Amino acid sequence: MHANNPNLKHQFSTLEQQHHSYVAGMWVFLATEILLFGGIMVSYTVYRFQYYEAFTAGSHDISLPLGTVMTAILLTSSLFMALSVRASQLNQPKLCALLLAITIILGLIFLGMKAFEYYDEFHKHHFPGRHFAFHGVHLTHVALFFSFYFVMTGLHAIHMMIGIFLLALMAVLSLRGHFNSERYEPVEMAGLYWHFVDIVWIFLFPLLYLVGTAQ
Amino acid sequence: MIFDVCQSLAGSLHGLLLAQNEASSLRFFPESASTLAPHTDALFWTLVLICSAVAIGIAIFLVYFLIRYRASSSADRSTPPGTILWVELTWMIIPLMIFIIIFLWSAGLYFFMKRPPKGNALDVYVVGKQWMWKFQHPTGQREIDELHVPVNKTVRLMITSEDVIHSLFIPDFRVKQDAVPGRYTSSWFTGTKPGKYHIFCAEYCGLNHSYMGGWIFVMSPEDYANWLQKNTVAESMSSAGAKLFMRMGCSGCHLSGGKLAPALNDLYGNMVVLADNSRTIANYQYIRDSILLPQKQIVAGYSAIMPTFAGLLKEQELTQLIEYIKSLSADQKGRLNERSY
Amino acid sequence: MNDHTSAGRVDYLNNGYGLKSWLTTTDHKRIAVLYLISITLFFVLGGVFATLIRIHLISPRGVLFGPSIYNRMFSMHGIIMVWFFLIPSIPTVFGNFLLPLMIGARDLAFPRLNLASWYIYVVGGLITIVMAILGGVDTGWTFYTPFSSMFSNSYVLLTAAGVFIVGFSSIFTGINFIVTTHTMRAPGMTWFRLPLFVWSNYATALILVLATPVLAVVLLLIAAERGLGIGIFDPSLGGDPLLFQHLFWFYSHPAVYIMILPGMGVVSEVITAFSHRSVFGYSFVAFASMAIALIGFFVWGHHMFVAGMSMYAGLVFSLLSYLVAVPSAVKVFNWTATLYKGRINFEAPFIYSIGFIGLFTMGGMTGLFLAALPVDVHVTDTYFIVAHFHYIMVGGMVMAYMAALHFWWPKMTGRMYNRPLAVIAALTIFLGFNLTFFPQFILGYLGMPRRYATYSPEFQMLNVLSSAGASILAVGYVMPLLYLFWSLAKGKSAGQNPWDARGLEWEFADSPPIPDNFARTPVISWHAYPYDRPALTIGQEDLFDSTLKPESPDARH
Repeated sequence: MHANNPNLKHQFSTLEQQHHSYVAGMWVFLATEILLFGGIMVSYTVYRFQYYEAFTAGSHDISLPLGTVMTAILLTSSLFMALSVRASQLNQPKLCALLLAITIILGLIFLGMKAFEYYDEFHKHHFPGRHFAFHGVHLTHVALFFSFYFVMTGLHAIHMMIGIFLLALMAVLSLRGHFNSERYEPVEMAGLYWHFVDIVWIFLFPLLYLVGTAQ
Repeated sequence: MIFDVCQSLAGSLHGLLLAQNEASSLRFFPESASTLAPHTDALFWTLVLICSAVAIGIAIFLVYFLIRYRASSSADRSTPPGTILWVELTWMIIPLMIFIIIFLWSAGLYFFMKRPPKGNALDVYVVGKQWMWKFQHPTGQREIDELHVPVNKTVRLMITSEDVIHSLFIPDFRVKQDAVPGRYTSSWFTGTKPGKYHIFCAEYCGLNHSYMGGWIFVMSPEDYANWLQKNTVAESMSSAGAKLFMRMGCSGCHLSGGKLAPALNDLYGNMVVLADNSRTIANYQYIRDSILLPQKQIVAGYSAIMPTFAGLLKEQELTQLIEYIKSLSADQKGRLNERSY
Repeated sequence: MNDHTSAGRVDYLNNGYGLKSWLTTTDHKRIAVLYLISITLFFVLGGVFATLIRIHLISPRGVLFGPSIYNRMFSMHGIIMVWFFLIPSIPTVFGNFLLPLMIGARDLAFPRLNLASWYIYVVGGLITIVMAILGGVDTGWTFYTPFSSMFSNSYVLLTAAGVFIVGFSSIFTGINFIVTTHTMRAPGMTWFRLPLFVWSNYATALILVLATPVLAVVLLLIAAERGLGIGIFDPSLGGDPLLFQHLFWFYSHPAVYIMILPGMGVVSEVITAFSHRSVFGYSFVAFASMAIALIGFFVWGHHMFVAGMSMYAGLVFSLLSYLVAVPSAVKVFNWTATLYKGRINFEAPFIYSIGFIGLFTMGGMTGLFLAALPVDVHVTDTYFIVAHFHYIMVGGMVMAYMAALHFWWPKMTGRMYNRPLAVIAALTIFLGFNLTFFPQFILGYLGMPRRYATYSPEFQMLNVLSSAGASILAVGYVMPLLYLFWSLAKGKSAGQNPWDARGLEWEFADSPPIPDNFARTPVISWHAYPYDRPALTIGQEDLFDSTLKPESPDARH
């Protein structure tokens, strides 16, 4: 009744059903992430419209060049991620692991730059709370901007760290021969996750770094 | 119309329940002590009637079917229908129509509730704080957990909180409004019967939430006049506000003939053009924000040099300032532009 | 009807003994049992809090404790009942057990994710229990800011952590159900041949997946405000306390549909089984589930009519709140019509379902009162609201849970319980419930606010009535606990299809089912409730009746 294919999990009847289910599951999970980041982005947007000047001042203070470089790095990492999924599909586990490693390294560079950015903001007393101080303009709502800055980028960074851990796991499993052209869904799913985290950044970047630059 | 029928039905049921109220300390229905209460009750009783009718209808069908088609009966069970389209559509469309009618009625009453009658009204400032209610009359009286007002006079309430969210609830008037820190919310009532009516806090606010209440005393004109006499106060809110205006240094910029800061004559209730070319009405919230969060909205033609007074003014001092600024816009007869309420 | 006694037969219960085999299982049926046990524990815990509250409220001054403890009592009652009982209950116990059976699959799409869901639930629950022992939280289950973020002296962060974690359990279950329903249906099982229980759980899963993340966001923001001291809702920084309410209710209103939709699915199954005929208006009921899920996302503002929202927002939310009542009404009418030309047996599950119809209707209709803005202004934050949601949650949902428990108990355990006793318990619960909660409608209109540790003396008599009802209700709930347990040891063997019902779980699976559910993959050629033919049995899984043509689900049955 049930195929004896070792790649086929017990609850599924065909490989196609299995593949379809895993990919669908990841897409549904990404839908939840859209609501997660969407919720916080909506809250941010409400305040951004209410306190435009303060948010512009805050946005100008965080480093646009740094943010741009980080965006480029993340986009490049997505390229390598896509290539690694393809390698896994084509039964090239070592290449897949290598491409995953490059993706991870780029991700780590991104996180390193973010950590530097955080350190810089802490140093300038921009972390909201009792010790918050924003020199230059006396705007009370700038603290609100930074609250969102830290929460949003922090949440994104946590997702990146989870992603890096997942990719490392995929790389190890790939080297151990777990994947082949019949069964590469985990890599594909990790890829979807990574692309999603990338897309979140693509929204965060203009929201946080590009306030008031159009004028 | 339906409204009148329901109103008289409400009236008679209401009378019965009120008689019960007086007879014992056991109550089943609140007093009807404001101009709003009969309207809310009419809507309520209508809903009770409609929902009872539906419930009874469903119950009748249920009981009938349960008895007739119980397993041991020999009723005809041939070809039970899978569905009957006209039946499905009917019981979708008819409830929808009823809902829309009720919505329109309730929306109309809601407009009435949200718009205090213009003209001759008593403005009372309410500050909720853990765990008491503070009331300020424009004539200067201050009360805690009690509010004395004359009967048949519209009382407009400007409400805020000093700490967490509270809610001012006067069941016998059918009035409730949350007190939110950092902003003003408003409500109004017109008492129709002299008496003593509960105030409750209706938004959970911490430890003594259930103790946070008091009484509204609606008084006949003579009694109210007596009360005013017994509670005369040295100065009204606006004269206290005028003193604060000097003491806090507002006059330094705002009485500079418009050079350093906008003049405040005829500010209240009128349109203000802001630096980003948007417009807003100078209402209570605007004035409050200008004092506490001056960078939020800059008036066109001025720089953002106003310091904030957050932490330097108590809530009740803020309202005194607002009353003072209002008085600068009153015409000869003391009337104010009503748009801004 | 075959009667497979357990001599030598392997079923999911005896397939491996010992704690390890249970705690590492990936069998959806075992996971359902694990959930059954943990959910029952939390229901009892939440019920203990409720009992203490009702005893305390017998006197205006309060009988048992001061306001500090009372405030923690109602907060804990709400948190536990909402997140650890109502939201998981039917989906994790009966959804998990039945979904694969009803669609003809061996298991869910992601069995290990299913087990992970349970563990995450347990971790979240343990954190909450620890928090309760440490002293609890006093913010109410609604955590309004700025009280919860800046003023409360209780374990807000710990509670937020517990709820945040259990949210993942919900999300993973939702993902599992959605994918399973799409990809794992047996051959011939088209969407419109699915039992309505599957439709309801599918709609529920959609809400679980889309709404819960917003709860995660709002909990994160509270944690940031409280833990890091950064002001998001703090008015002195320009933050808006109302933003919290919008975010919170954007999740929490759909959450109430998460709580009720599975119960509606159960009622569809039980009413058809005990009227012994197909449901009236199958596609209308199926689409109504989806409509409730959809419209339910757009009505959250009706919790905020007096919060300081604009008048126009109030009008929009009011109109939409009326609209969401229509699909629920459609379901109630269709269930009632299902009794027409049926052959009705008054077993306990059926009594619970009829009770559901009555009490859910009452609770739902009081929702119309609340959608009417002027009435809501008067009764919001009073006992009218408390009565409204308890009618729906307890009178509706818990009764549906009881109906499910009594309907599928024989299938899950292979045992039958004492049926007359079960009917008595059902009637006791119905009576006790009404006595407890109907007086609260009157209390609410009178003006007694909710969350009050002490109250004005004129409210006493109605409170005493309510507490008296609660004691009857408690007896009603204890009874099933006792006779269901007893049936495990001493109950008669139930047989494969004791109710002569239709559906894959009754016709092709044993009681209890084998680990893989079916001896052979079923091939489906019938509509969902084929009471117009005799019940099939094991061995006839792919019996194809060529005289039946593929038909519309609403055709003559």
